[in-house]
Parts: sequence; C-alpha cells; structure tokens
Amino acid sequence: MKENHIQFHQDISVQNIMEKQWYTISVYSENHVGLLNRISGIFLKRHINIESLNVSKSEIDGVSKFTIVVYVTKEWTRKIVGQIEKQIEVIKAYYHTDDETIYQESALFKIASHLLFDERQIQNIIKESNSQIVTVSREFFVLAKTGRRHEIDEMHEALEPYGIMQFVRSGRIAVTKATMPISEILQEFQEN
Amino acid sequence: METLKAQKKDSQKKKTMRISGAEAIIHCLLAEGVDLIYGYPGGAIMPVYDELYKFQDRLTHILSRHEQGATHAAQGYARVTGRVGVAMATSGPGATNLVTGLADAQIDSTPMVCITGQVPRHLLGSDAFQETDIVGISTPVTKWNYQITRVEEIPEIMAKAFYIARSGRPGPVLVDITKNAQFDELDFVYEKCTKVRSYKPVPKPEAGSLEKAAELINNAKKPFIVFGQGVILGEAEAELKAFVEKTGIPAAWTILGLSAMDTDHPLNVGMVGMHGNYGPNLLTNECDVLIAIGMRFDDRVTGNLDTYAKQAKIVHFEIDPAEINKNVKVDVAVLGDSKETLKDILPLLNENEHKDWKAEFDKKHQIEYDTLIKNDIYPTKEGLTMGEVIEQINVASEHKAVMVSDVGQHQMIACRYAKFKQSKSNITSGGLGTMGFGLPAAIGAKMGAMDREVVAIIGDGGYQMTIQELGVIFQHNVPVKIVVLNNDHLGMVRQWQELFFDKRYASTVMTNPDFVKIAEGYHIKSRRVTEREDLKEAVQEMMASKDPYFLEVKVEKEDNVFPMIPSGASVSDVRLK
Repeated sequence: MKENHIQFHQDISVQNIMEKQWYTISVYSENHVGLLNRISGIFLKRHINIESLNVSKSEIDGVSKFTIVVYVTKEWTRKIVGQIEKQIEVIKAYYHTDDETIYQESALFKIASHLLFDERQIQNIIKESNSQIVTVSREFFVLAKTGRRHEIDEMHEALEPYGIMQFVRSGRIAVTKATMPISEILQEFQEN
Repeated sequence: METLKAQKKDSQKKKTMRISGAEAIIHCLLAEGVDLIYGYPGGAIMPVYDELYKFQDRLTHILSRHEQGATHAAQGYARVTGRVGVAMATSGPGATNLVTGLADAQIDSTPMVCITGQVPRHLLGSDAFQETDIVGISTPVTKWNYQITRVEEIPEIMAKAFYIARSGRPGPVLVDITKNAQFDELDFVYEKCTKVRSYKPVPKPEAGSLEKAAELINNAKKPFIVFGQGVILGEAEAELKAFVEKTGIPAAWTILGLSAMDTDHPLNVGMVGMHGNYGPNLLTNECDVLIAIGMRFDDRVTGNLDTYAKQAKIVHFEIDPAEINKNVKVDVAVLGDSKETLKDILPLLNENEHKDWKAEFDKKHQIEYDTLIKNDIYPTKEGLTMGEVIEQINVASEHKAVMVSDVGQHQMIACRYAKFKQSKSNITSGGLGTMGFGLPAAIGAKMGAMDREVVAIIGDGGYQMTIQELGVIFQHNVPVKIVVLNNDHLGMVRQWQELFFDKRYASTVMTNPDFVKIAEGYHIKSRRVTEREDLKEAVQEMMASKDPYFLEVKVEKEDNVFPMIPSGASVSDVRLK
C-alpha cells in the first residue's frame, strides 16, 4: 500500500510483439443490472478505450448480447475476454477479427429540408449512398444509412459541406461466420 | 393423486415462515452455518441489528471499531477455517469503509460475504442521508455483488452470495439491502444454492493435458515446483505432498502458499519472489520444467517476465482459466481443482529422485545461510533483529502457532523465517499489501481457531492503521498474542529510499507513542523488550499467557530485508546484500 513502484525496464512486452487491430468482442450474458458496469470496468482497469458498444437481446430467450469493439493487440483481447468470461453472469465471450464477422453500423442524418430542393447534389448523395429517407417535414428530413464504418464516414463527408443539423451513429452489431454454441454451453452449465 | 402427494410432501419439506426481511437475513446466515460475524451498526442496517439482538444465542456479532477491521477479521477467520467470513456495515461511510477489505479479499481469493444496509428503495438516487452507490463502488473489487430492493429476493440472493463466495476460485461478495426490504415481510423458505446457470466454478482439465504434463515432468532433469494458495484453498496439501515425495522434485512456495507444506520437509526449498530465498529464485532460471500449482505468477514472484524461466517448459495447475497465459506463457495448462488434478496425475508420474538437482538448492541455501540467515536469526551485533524475534516465536510455539502478519519488512521476515507444521497457518495480505491488515485479521483467526495459538507480527506503521481494534480484543478477551516489531520507521519504504532514492527518507520516520501504555489503556498485558537478553523469556511469557498479550520489541532502526530482487529486475539478479 505504501510501497513505491519503480519500473526499471519492465514493460508489457507482449504488447509490443503484436500489432494492434480491430476486434469485435461478443459477450453472451444474463440480463442483470450492473453487469454493464462490471464489464466496462474490465476495460477501464487496463486503460483500454471501448470504441463501440451495443447491448441487445440474442438468439437465446433471456440471454443478452454485448457487442464491443476495441483496437488492441490479440494478446490483450484474449486476456480481456478471459476476465469477462470470469464474471458470474457471463455465459461465454468470444473475440473475432473483422474478417471473421459480418458487421454493420447505422447512422441517422438530420438535414434542413430546403437543402433537398436547393442543392441538387444532395439527391445524388442519397441515391449513391443507398440510404433511406426516414421522414420528411417542413423543417428537416432524416436519412438513415446502414453499412460499414467507412461508408457512413464517406456519406458524412459528402453531406457535411451542406450542413448537418444532427448526426448519430450506432455501435457496431456483428454476427460471426463461425457458429457460437451458446445453447450447448448453457446446457452443459446446467448439468454440472 | 401422485402429484398431489408429491406437492404436499414438497410443501412440508419447505416449511415457510412469515417474517421480516431483517429476520430472514439472520435465518439465511444460520442456514449457511454462520455463527460469527463482524460488523458495525448504523441507520440503514438497524432492522438487521435488531434481529441480531434477538438471535444472539445462535449468532455472535463482534463489534469492530472500524468497518475495515470487520472485513479483515472476517478474512482472518476465513483464511484459518476455510469457511466464508461475514462482515456487516451500514450504508454510506460504513459501506465505503469495507472497500479495502473487499479489495484485499478479491486479490487474495478469500471467501467473504459483506452485507450492507442501504437507504430505502424510494430514496435511491436522491442523495439521501448516508446514501452511496456501494454496488457501483465495489464492483471492481468483488467476485459478485447485488442490490436487494425487494424482500422476496433475500433468500435466493443470500444463498447465491455464499455459493459464489466459496465455490471455484473463492472471493468476496457484497449484498446491499435497502431498508424497506429489511422491514417488509415475506414467506420465508431457504434453499441452498448449488448452481448458477452462467457460472462454471471448476473447469475440467482439457483432454490429454494430464498426460502431457506427466510426460514433461517424468522426462525432466531439473524439475521445480512452485505452489501457491490454490493448494490451501483446494485443501490439496496431502495431494501436493504425495506428488512431491513420489517425484522427488524440490518445491518452493509463494507467500500465500506458505504452510501448505511442512516448512521442515526435506524437499521444501523455501520462498520465491522479491524477498524469497536465494536458491529458489536463482534456480527458477535453471530448471527445465517449472510446475506451477495454484499460483498466478504475480509480478512480485516473477520479477521481469522477459527473463523469467525462459529456458523451462511450464506446466500450470490452475482453477481459474483467466490465469492461464496471463503473465507467463505455459506449455501445458491443467485446469481444475488442485485436489482433483494432483490426485489424478499421481499414477501417471514416475517415482524419482533428483539428488544432484536438489543439492544445487542446498548449496545455494548454505550461501544464503552463511551470509544472511545466520546473522538474521542468531545475530551477534548490538541491535535486535526482526529475524531473531521470529526464531524465538518458532521455538516457543514449536511450529504450531498461526502467524498473522501485516505488511512491510516484518512481513517478509516473518514469512521467511516462520516454521509451520500445519496448513492454513500463515495469514497475511499478499496481493494487495494492506497495511493495517494484521491486527484485525489476527482477531478473526483466533476466533476461528480457538484451540491454536495466534501470533500477530506487526510493524509500528501498520499497527497504527487499525490499532483501534485493540478494543475488540479487550472487550471480548480474545487471547491473541500481538508482537510489534518497532523500528520507528516505515521500514520497507525506508529500505527502498536507501537503495533507490539516495537515502532521501521522505516521510518514513515515525515518532511513535508509548505502545505499551496504549495496550495498558485497553487492559491488555504488555511488555517491551529492548535488550537481547530479555527476548527469549519475554516471548515465552507471552506464549504461556492465557490472556491477550502485547509485546513490543524495539528492533534495529535501519536494517534491510535481503535477499531482494529489485522491482523489474530478473529473478537471476537476486541480491544477497
């Protein structure tokens, strides 16, 4: 408690060996108050930023799914997932690279309605970006775009010069190419 | 008809009672076999204290003098008995005072259940008097926690709390109970928890891992065992002994593994780590197979990971999958409860002797003995040493006492020189390094093992962090033996300042009170030793006392603890001076 910690040459050497990259962590858990705090604390303790977070129901009744995106090394991802899995209410956690998942994000753009008529280019952007008009009113219209992060970023860049009244982007949602046998794991836990 | 009968039988079996939540909490504790709890009352937990009053013939509550003391006492009790320790506090400051004990129990895997009162549900989030978000605060330092806001939740959550605290890799659990849930009534029926569907406390070893481990061990020329607290928590002492004796492999321990194996066993080669023994540290980097059992490769054990046992194949027996490859990459992981896995691997192991290899340890021990140990425990210089005090306690206790230590130089000396025949005899704050742990933990240890001598070894710094717990010792006449090794310094920090900060002794010199008078103020028998010639007799007097006893030994002010691996250095760089 009162001891000084001098670091001579000890660093987290494993981290240097491996490259950072994007990982999608999928956590299947019980739906309990406080679990989000417990999971986010695991990242906080290691000073790792969560780039995106989504919580929803999963394919199993009563089981929640966290989808967390981080930009770290494989080594750290593996350790974090180990710590997450250790939590009592977590059934199973997985991590995958972008190649191993099908993933999407969604974004909403709120834009002044007059621009739709004053700026012809906006109609082209809507067409080319494959986005949808969700609503139109006298004052504003709302565009919804689902896709990869870079597609949303490109659309944002294209619209920005005309003025965006509001913008929001969701966390990543992802499904894996490989199977995730949650039902069997739950079954196994029950039997033990 | 059949089902009706079955239903009737079922309802008879589960007899319900209409009682308050507060009373239900007491029945839950009794059903879990709890007969002793530590705590401190206050507004938000008063209904429970009112029930404690009614149930005092069946459930003893010990009033600590600070909530932190209650947690450490519960830890001491848990560590000496292997059962779940229980601490209780009110909301707000009562709850926040538990945090250090929770963190200590979390990092040292101690089974503990803490119960806190909370403001009534309708006041949650209103910044009510003594409201604090203890569930939020305690999340990172608990194995599990939960806030009960409805009385019906009490039996199920309490059962779950005890199950989670003691199963698998044990740890602390906090249950926060709003005051309305304590007052409201429920139809009480208690069922012990035996499973939680999302929680797998004991993993199974991977197929083939035992065979792979056995092959590595059987073919090793210079195998080396390092065991930790996992052996004690898994009650696998006999299995460890059988393993060591059959294979003839030298075995060393981490600080929390101490006492899992007789310290005088010929194959027990001592402690690893920053202030561990010379041989085990040096030879870590010469062994060809390192067998880690129920330990977690803490940085105080490994030093610089880049130069830790790189030449060795590593086998890791471990209950917590998250510990595998966390700090040290292993070649074979044997997941599971050490009692099971050590038993299962035994038939696969060849009988062996490693005489030449063991002789390496003996040689290194001789060097350490000649340069260090001899002068520590049989000093000829003027000032008293911490080591000679521990040695005198060894002699007087015949290696049978429980030793509780605080944190700092005295802790390292106590763990280096204490002798034990029996497991669960060494109680210290390992992972968190909590100064102030010793005195309250000794109270809990004594109350958990009334048939054994309990000696607390404490420094003058840590002693003053929880000195108020002398009140508990006095009030309940808890016959612990308290030894303060007083060097009028925060000795370990001073040692680091001497070695690494050019002797700039920033805030490490202590002007201490008269500790003997303080003990006398609590009517505890006490004595001060300043001369070597009085030491032996004073220790004998202390050990012979049927009552609590306080012994202050004025030791050399500027002694250092060696061997030492400087922080971040390699185990090969262990220094003898």
